Amino acid sequence: MVGSSTPRTTADAVRPLIEVRDISVQFNVRRKVSRAVDGVALDWQPGEILGIVGESGCGKSTLARAIMGLQQVAAGDVLLSGEPIEGRAGLRALRRRVQMIFQDPYQTLSPRQRVATIVTEPLIVQGIAADEHDARVRQALDDVGMDYEQYAERYPHQLSGGQRQRVAIAAALVLEPEGLICDEPVSMLDASVRTQILKVLIGLQKRRGLALIFITHDLSLAWSLCDRIAVMYLGRVVEQGNAAAVIEQPEHPYTRALVDAIPLAAPGGGGRRELLSGELPDPTNVPTGCRFHPRCPRRFAPCDSVDPALEEIADGRLVACLLHTHDSADG
Amino acid sequence: MSGAVVLGAPEPAPVEPGELTARSRLLGTWRGRFSLSVLGFFIFLAIFGNLIAPDDPTASSLDILAKPSWAHPLGTTEQGSDVFSQLLVGARVSIVVGFAAALISSILGTTVGLAGGYYGGWTDRILDAVENWFLVIPALPLMIVLARLLDPSLTVLIAVIGLTSWAGTGRIVRAQVFTLRERAFVERARALGAKDRYIIRTHILPNTLPLIFANTVIIVAVSILAEASLAFLGLGDPTKISWGSMLENAFSSGAPSAGAWWYVIPPGLCIALLVFAVSLIGYLFEDVVNPRLRDEDPAF
Amino acid sequence: MAPLLEIRDLRVTRGAHVLVDGVDLDLAPGEALGLAGESGCGKTTTALAVMKLLSPALKQEGSIVMRLPGKGPDEQINIHKRTEAGMRQVRWRHVSLVFQGAMNSLDPVQRVEHQITEAIELHARGGGTSQFEARVAELLEMVGLTAGIGRRYPHELSGGQRQRVMIALALACKPSLVIADEPTTALDVIMQAQILELLEQLREDLGLALILISHDLGVLAETCDRIAVMSEGKLIESGAVEQIFEHPEHEHTRSLLASLPVIGGERGLGLR
Repeated sequence: MVGSSTPRTTADAVRPLIEVRDISVQFNVRRKVSRAVDGVALDWQPGEILGIVGESGCGKSTLARAIMGLQQVAAGDVLLSGEPIEGRAGLRALRRRVQMIFQDPYQTLSPRQRVATIVTEPLIVQGIAADEHDARVRQALDDVGMDYEQYAERYPHQLSGGQRQRVAIAAALVLEPEGLICDEPVSMLDASVRTQILKVLIGLQKRRGLALIFITHDLSLAWSLCDRIAVMYLGRVVEQGNAAAVIEQPEHPYTRALVDAIPLAAPGGGGRRELLSGELPDPTNVPTGCRFHPRCPRRFAPCDSVDPALEEIADGRLVACLLHTHDSADG
Repeated sequence: MSGAVVLGAPEPAPVEPGELTARSRLLGTWRGRFSLSVLGFFIFLAIFGNLIAPDDPTASSLDILAKPSWAHPLGTTEQGSDVFSQLLVGARVSIVVGFAAALISSILGTTVGLAGGYYGGWTDRILDAVENWFLVIPALPLMIVLARLLDPSLTVLIAVIGLTSWAGTGRIVRAQVFTLRERAFVERARALGAKDRYIIRTHILPNTLPLIFANTVIIVAVSILAEASLAFLGLGDPTKISWGSMLENAFSSGAPSAGAWWYVIPPGLCIALLVFAVSLIGYLFEDVVNPRLRDEDPAF
Repeated sequence: MAPLLEIRDLRVTRGAHVLVDGVDLDLAPGEALGLAGESGCGKTTTALAVMKLLSPALKQEGSIVMRLPGKGPDEQINIHKRTEAGMRQVRWRHVSLVFQGAMNSLDPVQRVEHQITEAIELHARGGGTSQFEARVAELLEMVGLTAGIGRRYPHELSGGQRQRVMIALALACKPSLVIADEPTTALDVIMQAQILELLEQLREDLGLALILISHDLGVLAETCDRIAVMSEGKLIESGAVEQIFEHPEHEHTRSLLASLPVIGGERGLGLR
């Protein structure tokens, strides 16, 4: 049973902040089972910026919500610094140490609360002593570059998208978490505002050693900011490793397709690439064998019957593809 | 200052031209001002009616069904009472019943709607079934039956009207709660570990209040009419004078055929005017009742 | 060659508030122009102004002229002078618009083919049912969908498919110019690439001129010949795509470019 404050030992320093062990999340969609997340194992190290990338429907947001305890898990565990998260106490401890930022800045703040109230709320919910509130709220707003005097009394509708997102980040920071899961934090913001928000987040990582998870479909962003990334397809991680390496030299055909599809911010686009055809299959109807095989330009015989496991093929690089692991398979 | 990115002058706060607040709707439009004045006037009468009435409205005299005169500006009733005084005093019943019934109806409807909408599952299924039951039953016949079964008094009237109208509110609230439940700010609260009660109290309810308010206004109008109808049918409180009871007395004593327009028209007109004013206020908030939680997003 | 579309000194105001402030634009036949800028800069308003679809609360000034290829100068279309009735002859026939978020604007209770047919009926002259059917099938194929998609309802299609339907709708009456407002914004990167490729293909096959509106300069770089950058209602810079990317002049353009992480370039947004 996890207490709410496990003393930090040196063992913790080596343990990942969050470990996801074989998580599955299922939804019942009109009597069929949708495997939104289908056996994902991941770890997130303290101070690390981890990117989870994939197209919509691949399960990345569901995975994030499962980690936060917002989503019921059909199988698997989530470990916080090596300990399983159990019961209310476990969730409480989790939420003190890991917080989440959501995608839509226009929906993420309650329209009827002022900024100060919004940022104080987490302290109330988590039962932090009232005399600490003011200082913490001021600090949090300062951390996101917002002047308390100017913004504390404002309502969300008086703020722009970027400002709202900052408030959401401040509300997450006020609990002084060790990790922040950011679900598409900037995809709904304008270009210049994006840069500002990302700078706030990265700045926090540098100054405080805050661990970040960036969930995004924007590979360029992941390439630019993340230490490691995991590429998801239809509920599974298909490739994982150092962010720059994975994107510059993708091993999995799906990763390759994603990278090729990025509009080259260079005039004319440059020599064209092989565009992936077809659409993401319905998660209630996952293809047999390797789930990517119907669209894979490099599929071969066993792909429709053998489901490749995520395996390490080189230092730190994991791929779930028969092209790489088949050689070591029997027969 | 930590090395965080400092915002220079704040990015221009998005201003929505002509932002609609309750105040601007009520005081900023002529419809709002008009209906507010009418309503205010009747409320004033409800409070002070019996003080400013020139005669005792129950005092009878021999001057039966007399035409309007200086002594009796709106003539007399079949018992020789002053119609004008009765009119002034009658406002109280309408206002009191109207607002009280609407209040009960709203509170009941909101509670049920919140519970069912938020918790879902079996709670919702049961509550929804109850709601549907009340929705389907024709209101007026039910009111009549209840009013006959129970001793007619204002309290009973209020309860009866409240019971037959709460389901409508419940329905609307439930739908709204369904939407709100999925919103990111509610998820955020859950991600913090907030308990259900807290979320309902702090996030769901405040965001539903505009809707509840707009709906309540309409129910006030409906309740006033309901009271008038019941009184007219002779099911009201016989000890209280109301516009409905005035109409009942007028009709049962043959005033229309006697040509006593001063007895029939004024109470009817007052009912109509009050209901109109309240309904008009309801229309001013119509877009709030439309289940589009109006996001104050200027990009919308 | 005379420009297909010539906009001079376009101004759009709502009372005292200026949404578009003196915009000049030229578009050659078959050319692809990218209109870039952040939200609120006036690019959508400009597009709507060309179609004369602005809300009546907005006042539009300036000249917008279309010169169709193969027609003489006296046959030019003065959009700014046209009445609503006059515009009905122009919209969809000569210039059409794929709205922002259009893929959500399909009628959910009508089959796809019906909606395309409707568009043809409203804007084309004559032609019987069988002609319409053939045309619908042709359009669907043009955008890379099978004719069978026509029988489906919008909710049965994916986002990418719906966007293709919207493009098919825009092409229904064979316009010479298509304006696409943020056509790929809500789409994933692979679908986005597919749609962009489709637009390029259509340009080649049909000789379409294209105005592509997007806040994402990367998307524009791919498909456009020229780019015009707007900010706060003004056109601040325009030029050939290479020029804008390699030698941006205006500060705003530069900051837009700077926010684009380019793989292979510098990592970390200057922070890591």
